[in-house]
Amino acid sequence: MRARLALVAVPLLALAACTGSSASTDAAPSADAEPTGTVTVFAAASLTDVFTELGQQLEDQHPGLDVQFNFAGSSALAAQIEQGAPADIFASADEAPMTRVTEAGLAGDPELFASNRLVLAFPLDNPGDIRQPDTAGIPSLAQYLDHDLVLAVCAPEVPCGVAAAEVLERVGLSDAPDTFEDDVRGVLTKVELGEVDAGLVYWTDFQTARDTLGAYTFREAEAARNRYPVAVLDDAPNPRAAQAFVDLLLSDEGQQVLSDAAFFEP
Amino acid sequence: MSRTREGAGVPLPLLLPAALGTAFLVLPMVGLLVRAPWSDIGPALAAPEVGQALRLSLVCATLATLLSLVLGVPLAWVLARSRIRGRSALRALVTVPLVLPPVVGGVALFTVLGRNGFIGSWLNEAFGITIPFTTTAVVIAETFVAMPFLVISVEGALRAADTRFEDVAATLGAGRWTTFRRITLPLVAPGIAAGAVLCWARALGEFGATITFAGNYPGTTQTMPLAVYLALQDDPEAAIVLSLVLLAVSLATLLLLRDRWLGRSGAPGA
Amino acid sequence: MSLSAQVVVRRGSLALDLAVEVADGEVLAVLGPNGAGKSTFLRVLAGLLAPDDGRITVDGVAWDDVTAGTHVPADRRALGVVFQDALLFPHLTVGENVAFGLRTRGVPRAAGTATAEGWLQRVGLDGWAGRRPAQLSGGQAQRAALARALVTDPALLLLDEPLSALDARTRLTVRAELRRHLAGFGGSTVLVTHDPVDAMALAHRVVVVEDGRVVQTGPPAEVNQRPRTDYVARLVGLSLLPGTAEGRTVRLDGGGVVTVAEEASGPVFAAVRPESVALWLSRPEGSPRNVWPATLTGATPHGATVRCELAGEVPLVADVTEAAFAELGLAPGSRVWASVKASEVAVYER
Repeated sequence: MRARLALVAVPLLALAACTGSSASTDAAPSADAEPTGTVTVFAAASLTDVFTELGQQLEDQHPGLDVQFNFAGSSALAAQIEQGAPADIFASADEAPMTRVTEAGLAGDPELFASNRLVLAFPLDNPGDIRQPDTAGIPSLAQYLDHDLVLAVCAPEVPCGVAAAEVLERVGLSDAPDTFEDDVRGVLTKVELGEVDAGLVYWTDFQTARDTLGAYTFREAEAARNRYPVAVLDDAPNPRAAQAFVDLLLSDEGQQVLSDAAFFEP
Repeated sequence: MSRTREGAGVPLPLLLPAALGTAFLVLPMVGLLVRAPWSDIGPALAAPEVGQALRLSLVCATLATLLSLVLGVPLAWVLARSRIRGRSALRALVTVPLVLPPVVGGVALFTVLGRNGFIGSWLNEAFGITIPFTTTAVVIAETFVAMPFLVISVEGALRAADTRFEDVAATLGAGRWTTFRRITLPLVAPGIAAGAVLCWARALGEFGATITFAGNYPGTTQTMPLAVYLALQDDPEAAIVLSLVLLAVSLATLLLLRDRWLGRSGAPGA
Repeated sequence: MSLSAQVVVRRGSLALDLAVEVADGEVLAVLGPNGAGKSTFLRVLAGLLAPDDGRITVDGVAWDDVTAGTHVPADRRALGVVFQDALLFPHLTVGENVAFGLRTRGVPRAAGTATAEGWLQRVGLDGWAGRRPAQLSGGQAQRAALARALVTDPALLLLDEPLSALDARTRLTVRAELRRHLAGFGGSTVLVTHDPVDAMALAHRVVVVEDGRVVQTGPPAEVNQRPRTDYVARLVGLSLLPGTAEGRTVRLDGGGVVTVAEEASGPVFAAVRPESVALWLSRPEGSPRNVWPATLTGATPHGATVRCELAGEVPLVADVTEAAFAELGLAPGSRVWASVKASEVAVYER
């Protein structure tokens, strides 16, 4: 009887020891406590490559840490967080989805860590015959587009669509698009397939697809930049590791990775 | 008496799972009803996009079903009754859209009917016709994903049908086409109706292939499922309202159809 | 409009090899056990199945000729077929069913309906044109099926076990009507059945088929009295006595009186199975109502029984055991008494 009790007791004690280390907010974290366990990051799809690399870096620095990602449209992620999805960090491709989350009282102070700009992408064989005009300085979008071109943009409900709507309104071409895609991947696919003459995508997306696409920048893109905020969620299961990730993101290292991936400064 | 009288309730081993199954299917719909913003529902429903999306959804689903009937019933006959070689391969191919992720289906449609597709490019050059981003594209995408349901239903009905009546018709001077028209078709009509209902429902709810191949443009290609998904991104309450509209319309149509077409000439004992 | 058919079909374990000739107005019964190939033969005649060898000619026109490569499909043959379960189209009215053969041949709707209604009258279904097949009884359905088959005035009428699916009572009335209609039909008729009574009552000639081959052919009486195989003997041997019934008595056309258990009136057949006939050397006293003197004119052994042919006022065929035959010391020419219980005499309209 006593032996059996011991058999049960040992694993229980070990379990208690383990859970003790990924501490609750009650225990005061010591300054050198090692981030460990699992940290879940909800991030906009355009951050896939960068965040994966940073996550790998963090795991190399802290063995015992496992960084898990959920990449999707920022609005979809915000909805999931509102519904109670278990995440530690939310990184959004625009400020609006983050505002939803902070207004719902689910996150504290977001920090901007990067920004992105739209470019006009087109298939390499250029079916719409989009040409760079002969002007000094960066041309306006109106000099590339007209109503005849088959144009794909994101829907205004998603971040890249907010920016697209803004730039199109500035040049009076709000009714030029032929389709409003539910995420930027949809726009990219249609441009890559050559089914549309052009699409408004992020500069970073163009970088990942530069073998198959051409792209032009335009003046209005600067003013309609998407700013990317990141925040640790209030109910994060692993706040220490979450903070470590955010710190890495905002550090020089992290910023270098971002700019290598063609993101702009926040 | 140990024998159960006819209609005297459901045996317990069946009752419990059946009840769970019902709850599983019905509770989410009840959830929609409960969470709907009933006090604000008026203005949400009155938005023009709602009417547009609903009309478009109903029209396209119906057209897709009609197209599926015209193409699918003969296909089902070939699978069930003909003796051409390679029927099992054909049947497997026909059911591929059932297992293909709808978005993949959309991309596949591009390779055929898109501007650079092998048929689409010819249409573009010869007639100046482009199909993507039009309402036609919506119908095509919906037909692609929904027709297999019809084909399988009708094939099953044809297999189960009594072929002796077709022999009788032949001895009375009816050629194969006449026999098909006047004897085979009417006798499998309930199976065709059931397949058409399945097909219509599937077409109505289609999202992935539609948004990929037809795109999303209010009034032309924005069907209800697309509108719901986009609304969910920034206004979940609006999404619930739209979902309720779609649910109400679908339920009403299915109930109406069941009584008229599936009840009267339905399977024995229906 | 006569039929000449030599048919060879090999399907699985069935090897069918038959040759028949049927003249205008003649009814040929194809009699045989289940699995003998009778229905297959009928399907070949109907054009629903192509034979492996042989020739089918109707009125000089080849419907099938394997060596010449001819096969006229069913829908182009001048046929009428009555199937075992009537098989009226369930989704059409009785009238539409009967008119179907006319409509497929381009007869306009009004004319077709009129002709169909005429035929429905002739088969006793006057006024039933608007009903659905599900509302008909078995006998009514079979009558409608007959009308449907005859409405196009076919060259060849085929009947596939037309009475098998009916209950005993209905079978009697429908058989009688069928007899009348077949008598009035000008083309050739082939009737397939496993019931010898059908063959006896309806056919001019009988062809007995066993294992895909013809084992005997001839008029019903001859097949009845002189069976050439055990099967035929067992199958037939029924005595059919034509007469007139008055209540429970039937006065036979050839003289003689038979007492029967069921009341009837008018022209009838009295039918007696050979095993129901008992033979006595002297007049028996007992319950049987029917006792007649007879002379043994023929005795044919079949297995453990002896088939005896009896001549007299009431000509009969009797089966007795070998042992009994020997014990009684019977031989052709012996004078005997034959008795049959009234309850074992079947009576039907002629």
